Amino acid sequence: MSDPILRLEGVQTDIAQYHILQGVDLEVPRGKVTMLLGRNGVGKTTTLRTIMGHWRAKAGRITFDGADITARPTPAIARSGIGFVPENMGIFGDLTVEENMVLAAVSGRIDPARRDWIFEAFPPLRTFWKGPAGTLSGGQKQMLSIARAMIEERRLYLIDEPTKGLAPAIVTTMARALRELKEAGASILLVEQNFAVARALGDLVAVMDDGRVIWSGEMAELAGDAGLQERLMGLSMEGGH
Amino acid sequence: MSLAPDHAPTMARKGLAERLEPWAPVLLVPVMVLLGYLAIPATSSWLTLTVSGLAMGMMIFIMASGMTLVFGLMDVINFGHGAFVSIGAFVGVSVLIWLGGMAGAPSLVLNLLAMGAAAIAAMVVTGGVGWAFEKVIVKPVYGAHLKQILVTMGGLIVIEQLIVVIWGPEEIFIRRPETLQGGLTFAGAAIEKYRLLAVGVGLVLFLAMRFVLRRTKIGLIVRAGVENGEMVEALGYRLRLVFVGVFIAGSALAGLGGVMWGLYQEIITAHMGQEVMILIFIVVIIGGLGSVEGCFIGALLVGLLQNYIAFLEPKVALISNIGLMVAILMWRPMGMIPVVKAK
Repeated sequence: MSDPILRLEGVQTDIAQYHILQGVDLEVPRGKVTMLLGRNGVGKTTTLRTIMGHWRAKAGRITFDGADITARPTPAIARSGIGFVPENMGIFGDLTVEENMVLAAVSGRIDPARRDWIFEAFPPLRTFWKGPAGTLSGGQKQMLSIARAMIEERRLYLIDEPTKGLAPAIVTTMARALRELKEAGASILLVEQNFAVARALGDLVAVMDDGRVIWSGEMAELAGDAGLQERLMGLSMEGGH
Repeated sequence: MSLAPDHAPTMARKGLAERLEPWAPVLLVPVMVLLGYLAIPATSSWLTLTVSGLAMGMMIFIMASGMTLVFGLMDVINFGHGAFVSIGAFVGVSVLIWLGGMAGAPSLVLNLLAMGAAAIAAMVVTGGVGWAFEKVIVKPVYGAHLKQILVTMGGLIVIEQLIVVIWGPEEIFIRRPETLQGGLTFAGAAIEKYRLLAVGVGLVLFLAMRFVLRRTKIGLIVRAGVENGEMVEALGYRLRLVFVGVFIAGSALAGLGGVMWGLYQEIITAHMGQEVMILIFIVVIIGGLGSVEGCFIGALLVGLLQNYIAFLEPKVALISNIGLMVAILMWRPMGMIPVVKAK
């Protein structure tokens, strides 16, 4: 097996007086979708934000494609090829949809073929292309947030809860788009609370609890073992579709 | 396989009131001018006061625009901004005195060349001082508002004292360049030539700033950074560099405003920046922190109101702008054109 594209070794992060990440060990293989699961408040979002450099790891090491990025500033991490979709979507509401996308295209130009692909995946973005992003609905903002990360090819995508709070029809749209991205060979680390979506998209899974990864393995193994889900996350697959 | 979603996007047409709502702040300026027309008995006085108010507003805008962007981008409250106004005025006036031959010649071209040289010198020096100020005073206190207030106030005092050391403690009286003295008569109203120049310069700067912010990549980064700096960095842009650039540009604009304000008042002192800071703060607050358009409208409102009230009821003029700020904040607590921050 080739080297993982992203590796976290013993990563610890404090936020104010709270010790959130208590030694995260995680590997994200190339060309696979790795799901990061766990209950609320166990450190999933903090893990992604620490990888992006928004919060500094106080201990441990983060390696991206062989290079140590633990102490790099956020812009340098992004420019090394990581696309980030934050939990709060990070949409610039004062800018138009087009301006949001232009800003995300660090090369300075939008590839028309890539844009058409995005329009096909998220038709509302074509409709509201020239309109202010602040007036989009919650689901449309989430589409824009993901589309922004997809506007250029990245070596790794970090996506934080893309289906959170969305209507079922829009969840389906999101899942289709992410599946397209996966089929194009992208490496993705995806935080997801919706286990049905996680099971449909994930190749591998890492489960967090109390600021650590407590289990990792194949998604098929977790999906096929209701007892394991119950033990790791208090989940029951009976409820999944 | 088609990726079209099951739901179809729809666009509903907004009602008239809803469509006009974003334009309400813009309409305030013509409304203020109209109210002035109704309240001031003589049309010639109204015209003189309106041009004077617009000129004053434009100069305040030039001084305040940098400060609103600095606050919007990095949440930095710079009480030292007035120092750049004072430095700009002293450097610019020194250049004008040095170019006394050109400034005193009865030639508009030579006068404008002297003014241009004074403006460029003021902007270069205040831009440089702004760079040093950001590096030495502002950078160590990012994210700590109380410390920012204290150290930038301290910086202001130090710079004012340096001005006293270099140029002396006395105020300096100055004459405007020869062809910019006096006024024109239009429809029975006396309009000072210098005020017309100030209106022109302010308008050109506003349009240039709007062009940069709306039509260039760096402008996109600044606007996005004002709204959500963290996300701009996550897209790969070095916001700190952008901030330093904006701080330098804002300082240079304050310096330019200082030269123009000094020539408008025809007297400069080391404390002039501190005195004008009250107006700058009012404009930045009522405009909406981080909004250049709001700052522009706010500056025009402040300039017009101050001139109208000073004519109608001089004793009320001192508090008229505070009253304006209270009224606008009661209507829109985040300012006229608030920049929604997502942090």
